[in-house]
Amino acid sequence: MKKLLISAASALMLSAGGAMAVDHNVPDVAFSFEGPFGTYDVDQLRRGFQVYSEVCSACHGMKFVPIRTLADDGGPQLDPAFVREYAAGLDGVLDPETDEERDRKESDMFPERVGDGMGPDLSVMAKARAGFMGPNGLGLNQLFKGMGGPEYLYNYIIGFEENPECAPDGIDGYYYNHTFQVGGVPDSCKDANGVKITHGSWAQMPPPLVEDQVEYEDGTPATIEQMAYDVSAFLMWAAEPKMMARKQMGFVAVLLLGLMTVLLYLTNKRLWAPYKGKRH
Amino acid sequence: MSGIPHDHYEPRTGIEKWLHDRMPIVSLIYDTIMIPTPKNLNWWWIWGIVLAFTLVLQIVTGIVLAMHYTPHVDLAFASVEHIMRDVNGGWALRYIHANGASLFFLAVYIHIFRGLYYGSYKAPREITWVIGMVIYLLMMGTAFMGYVLPWGQMSFWGATVITGLFGAFPGFGPGVQEWLLGGPAVDNATLNRFFSLHYLLPFVIVAMVALHIWAFHTTGNNNPTGVEVRRGSKEEVEKDTLPFWPYFVIKDLFALALVMVVFFAVVAYMPNYLGHPDNYIQANPLSTPAHIVPEWYFLPFYAILRAFTADVWAVALVDGITFGVVDAKLFGVIAMFGAIIAMALAPWLDTSKVRSGSYRPKFKLWFWLLVGDFILLTWVGAMPTEFPYDWISLIGATYWFAYFLVILPLLGAIEKPTPMPATIEEDYNSHYGNPAE
Repeated sequence: MKKLLISAASALMLSAGGAMAVDHNVPDVAFSFEGPFGTYDVDQLRRGFQVYSEVCSACHGMKFVPIRTLADDGGPQLDPAFVREYAAGLDGVLDPETDEERDRKESDMFPERVGDGMGPDLSVMAKARAGFMGPNGLGLNQLFKGMGGPEYLYNYIIGFEENPECAPDGIDGYYYNHTFQVGGVPDSCKDANGVKITHGSWAQMPPPLVEDQVEYEDGTPATIEQMAYDVSAFLMWAAEPKMMARKQMGFVAVLLLGLMTVLLYLTNKRLWAPYKGKRH
Repeated sequence: MSGIPHDHYEPRTGIEKWLHDRMPIVSLIYDTIMIPTPKNLNWWWIWGIVLAFTLVLQIVTGIVLAMHYTPHVDLAFASVEHIMRDVNGGWALRYIHANGASLFFLAVYIHIFRGLYYGSYKAPREITWVIGMVIYLLMMGTAFMGYVLPWGQMSFWGATVITGLFGAFPGFGPGVQEWLLGGPAVDNATLNRFFSLHYLLPFVIVAMVALHIWAFHTTGNNNPTGVEVRRGSKEEVEKDTLPFWPYFVIKDLFALALVMVVFFAVVAYMPNYLGHPDNYIQANPLSTPAHIVPEWYFLPFYAILRAFTADVWAVALVDGITFGVVDAKLFGVIAMFGAIIAMALAPWLDTSKVRSGSYRPKFKLWFWLLVGDFILLTWVGAMPTEFPYDWISLIGATYWFAYFLVILPLLGAIEKPTPMPATIEEDYNSHYGNPAE
């Protein structure tokens, strides 16, 4: 089971990375953090964290994300006291020094999830999936729309549908997902060349969300779309926690280097002026 | 240092003379940066500085990254995430280093094609050219091993595919492959030695760059006309050249600053644009990716590698003649390395007496076709090996060889060059006006 899942997951990511040949473009979703000046929406990250911790974390770990970063600038900015309490409430860890089980601290990572029925780690999932490669396969739309990772996650989470007509019974233990491209497909849904005729394929994960599964503290209605939207944003933050600092650096760097370019242009022009006459 | 007559450093004060008699290092630096440089150099000549700067940038960021990176199969991926999350400015170092590799190759490709168009490889600059090709090969090795270090899926499977190429050679191949990997497959030993070599090779590149600069400082720079600097007297030289400092240093720094604006915009706003999403998944030897695609800068030669499949008649012929020793796989490997060797032999394959492509009407056409071919191969290298991509890569690969092995030798005999200026001064004045007027 686990191996199947891993290979399905890696096959998915690889075909997405192999990029241009296969059209894996998913519908665009407007996120606050796109474009050179986009920033994370703190309230959204907090809601997304709530969805992750109440729903996803049952089967998906985030073993590369330190829990303390929940309180960091540029992230959900949760109260450090709350973060400490939250960490202590998670599974204990085996202390590598004493070799004894102890409570999880905020300086530890989020728990790992391995074993039967568990899903892939979500630490960098938002960067391990590409949602779109446009225009014309060049991928330059990343500059304004991001790489499409969160869009992919959003479309995947809301992409569970009834089994298509070609296979009303589906595959036992699998769930048809409109966005998922690399799962299994029953023979009845393939054409003469063995190519699937359905848009999506069958995934191992059951539809993860139902309406009002979480109760948002800020009163936002917890529709499936809202929860998927929030958790996708949260996972983008988990994968790229220093995005805000990066864009700030970029702004300063481009500004200063641009200024330097202008100054050097003028210096160069003046330096060469004595050696240039009138053009013929 | 230079064969072109120019002012040399004269020690004036006592301490300068004392040092000069024992080690003329100031003199060396002076002669190097004051080298008379053809004043008609155009903007295609700025990429050397970009390359020198990028090499330093890669070494500096790389040294700091190495302080935080762990070359172990269980820890490498996690240590990269540690750099991205916990190390001060670690995310900036890593994104600059990763995108710096792309800048390096973009610059080197423009630099190489500049040389191909203006005939910079021709006598007496063959040594400069061949050293440049060695640097390019070292860059490829360094970049390839660097890409393995994050230990993502593409790292692992890229390493598996590329080291597998060495296994294609009959007899010694499999032994060499195992020796490179440190075992029967890509594993911890591979990661360790790749890390070690990834740290070593850049310093070998530094040494080769010093030789590259030494070589062209001996012959003097080529220039867009390909006409040599008149070197009968210092006065003549001064009509054709200006000293590198400050005229070309400032010009190059201006260009470098402009390139850096674009570079930092990419690093800050789309740092993963040139990477594969796949490499954010930890390496898994049990799961082979559907498509293994190298980094963009390897794609042209990757396309040549894959172009020669068993159903190509030339491959079948060679296979038959050699009784199967040179099969399709080995043929592809030989073609890939051969493509670079053919390029390195350009000084001897090009028979034209005229150096600069500006005065070679037929050559121009074939040259731009080669540029188009290179871009085509880059594109097709990322495509799956199926119709029509297999045909496109075969045609592209064939043209690459045809250009160097057939077209360059023949053109020299059949082409009638257009008139060229007698001196660099004449060319310069026709572009920028005569300052005396």
